[in-house]
Amino acid sequence: MLENKAQLRLVKGDEATHEPYTIAMGPQHPATHGVLKLDLELDGETVLECKPTVGFLHRGVEKLAENLSYAQTLPLTDRLDYIASMANNVAYSIAVEKLLDIEVPLRAKYIRTMVMEMARLTGHLLWLATHALDIGAMTVFLYCFREREILLDMFEEICGARLTTSYTCIGGVRQDVTGHFLESLYDFTEDFPSKIKEYETLIDKNRIWLKRTQDVGIVSAEDAVSLGLTGPTLRGSGVDYDVRKHMPYDAYPYVKFEVPIGSKGDVYDRYRCRMEEMHQSNSIIRQCIEALPTGPIRAADAPDLVMPYGIQKKVAADATFSSGIIKLVKDSERYIEGDVYVAAEVPKGELGFYFVSDGKGVPYRMHIRSPSYIHIGALSFLCKGQMVADVIAIIGSVDVVLGECDR
Amino acid sequence: MELLWILIKIVIVFAVVMLHVMYATYFERKVIGHMQVRMGPMRVGPHGILQPIADGLKLFFKEDIIPAEADKKVFYAAPLICLISALSAVAVLPFFEGFAIANINIGLLYIFAMSSLASYGVVLAGWSANSKYSFLGGLRSSAQVISYEIAMGLSLVGVMMLSGSLNLTDIVHAQMNSPYKIYLIPQIIGFFVFVVAMFAETNRTPFDLPEAESELVAGYCTEYSGMRFALFFMAEYIGMIVMSCLAVTCFLGGWSGPFDVPGIPFFWFLLKAYFFIFLYYWVRATLPRYRYDQLMALGWKVLIPLALFNIVLTGTIKSLFG
Repeated sequence: MLENKAQLRLVKGDEATHEPYTIAMGPQHPATHGVLKLDLELDGETVLECKPTVGFLHRGVEKLAENLSYAQTLPLTDRLDYIASMANNVAYSIAVEKLLDIEVPLRAKYIRTMVMEMARLTGHLLWLATHALDIGAMTVFLYCFREREILLDMFEEICGARLTTSYTCIGGVRQDVTGHFLESLYDFTEDFPSKIKEYETLIDKNRIWLKRTQDVGIVSAEDAVSLGLTGPTLRGSGVDYDVRKHMPYDAYPYVKFEVPIGSKGDVYDRYRCRMEEMHQSNSIIRQCIEALPTGPIRAADAPDLVMPYGIQKKVAADATFSSGIIKLVKDSERYIEGDVYVAAEVPKGELGFYFVSDGKGVPYRMHIRSPSYIHIGALSFLCKGQMVADVIAIIGSVDVVLGECDR
Repeated sequence: MELLWILIKIVIVFAVVMLHVMYATYFERKVIGHMQVRMGPMRVGPHGILQPIADGLKLFFKEDIIPAEADKKVFYAAPLICLISALSAVAVLPFFEGFAIANINIGLLYIFAMSSLASYGVVLAGWSANSKYSFLGGLRSSAQVISYEIAMGLSLVGVMMLSGSLNLTDIVHAQMNSPYKIYLIPQIIGFFVFVVAMFAETNRTPFDLPEAESELVAGYCTEYSGMRFALFFMAEYIGMIVMSCLAVTCFLGGWSGPFDVPGIPFFWFLLKAYFFIFLYYWVRATLPRYRYDQLMALGWKVLIPLALFNIVLTGTIKSLFG
């Protein structure tokens, strides 16, 4: 509707005098979440055309992976969606495990599910923080960071890093979780629903918030599917698709959770989906803590950069290269030839890893299906005919992170 | 002698207002900080009490950048227009009985004129910088100020009708002699419209569209730096105090209070004015920002009809019951 009106006005007027006003929003702009650049063509404040430009953060992760062993690529996945790096670690690991045909012990599966949901919370909290800040609600930003900080401290407790976690390894997780960690995480889950309520009191019933988000950036279910949207951005349009339900991995088959779905597909529905998802993640974490089985945390036959138990002393004596580390990595006989595509549900959507393997210790080709890249592609469809202020709300609602988009 | 007395008054008011601007920023950061579960400035001096001075020094010594394509004369003039018009408006405010630098008959009109002039500075700033974001900010500002100026003017017509004067001191006196002592109760609709228009007039949240940082980077002052940017900043804070004082004078009975505080004749005035300033900060910490078209719709479809209705209501009641 709006789209046609704006374009009609432009066509009707004299072409020579009616020149669209072009604005380069980004790559340095407070609301484009990193180094996204949008070339906007405006008629007044109505957007006629929105052309996203990406690539400012390109680091060549896919190419780098061709020269690194599978285990060495894992830390690079931290730098994809650096807001929720745990989720990327898990997604990468399950893909490689499929390729190598390794079965992960049950305890590791539960721990992975737990950290993945924690990562979803950190991702969604940062999304809510920045989305609200873009629309002008400053306080929500700081409230969200308060809770995110607790989660990041817990990440630090289990793996020593807050953002670049590299916590999983092929065939399991790197370190076991402690009782203290589980206790503090459980306490967090007790508290967290009341915090979500706190955010909702600030924005959910706020007339200005509703006016800014409802009926803005609508995408129908068919369009959402054909644009390739995934995650909450897709579910906001009413499409029931969640990798955790439809292609379950790790401990997701053993936990109970619902997939929240929107109806209209506007910014508000996507916002509601993510808020509900936070409740679901919270409950998944609790179920994982309650059902956490005992046992090993790594598959016995998994190749990795970490030394197997028992030979640490020997390796320490040999300094670095002679026996332990490199030998294990180069142990390439167990790699299978063929293609594999495995996806996981990260906070942004479906993060897939596609490997082409020729049976060597390094992948022949690795491709990352990053949800952010595809969501940025959808921006030009979503923003057409909206106002400049809506562009900001829409960028926030599709939830993109440029580290993952440009990889 | 009279001239000297006026000069002394000017110096006092100027010094107090400038000091207020410095510490209004500190107050704002502390208030919003505590609302947002953080401390606010803590480093410079005890509890960050010297932070405004550090900020002022920093802004003063920053490089003064002027875009090559800018219209230089207008670019220089714009922040000055903003600041001078904001400062001039202070002249007619009666802080306590008999204390106004210029006790003129058309005080209310004068304040309107000055606040319109300030928006002229904003428009010029947006236009002269020759930057696209500045330009959009300037356009938004002109549209916003024109529509809200009308609503604000109309909202005060009720006060004028009740008091029969445009002189601010007389308005306070008329309130003291009225049955409720303040115009807040008979003019509750006018007060509501005024408060909403007050936020829009000073470009504050939720109407801070001309400088919406997440959309237009910094709107009209995107290209300004150093002291010139600080001038805009000061103008905004002086605008806030002027609007707060105007609300106190027209609706809350000015300097009058339930009892006299000996030795501090401006006690009640200050208390009431700071309530409004606190309200500015409170709203900023709570509300998101309106969209441009929604802002215009609110102004034209809600506030102006409400203000007109208020005038009709006030006139009817006044003519029926005297």
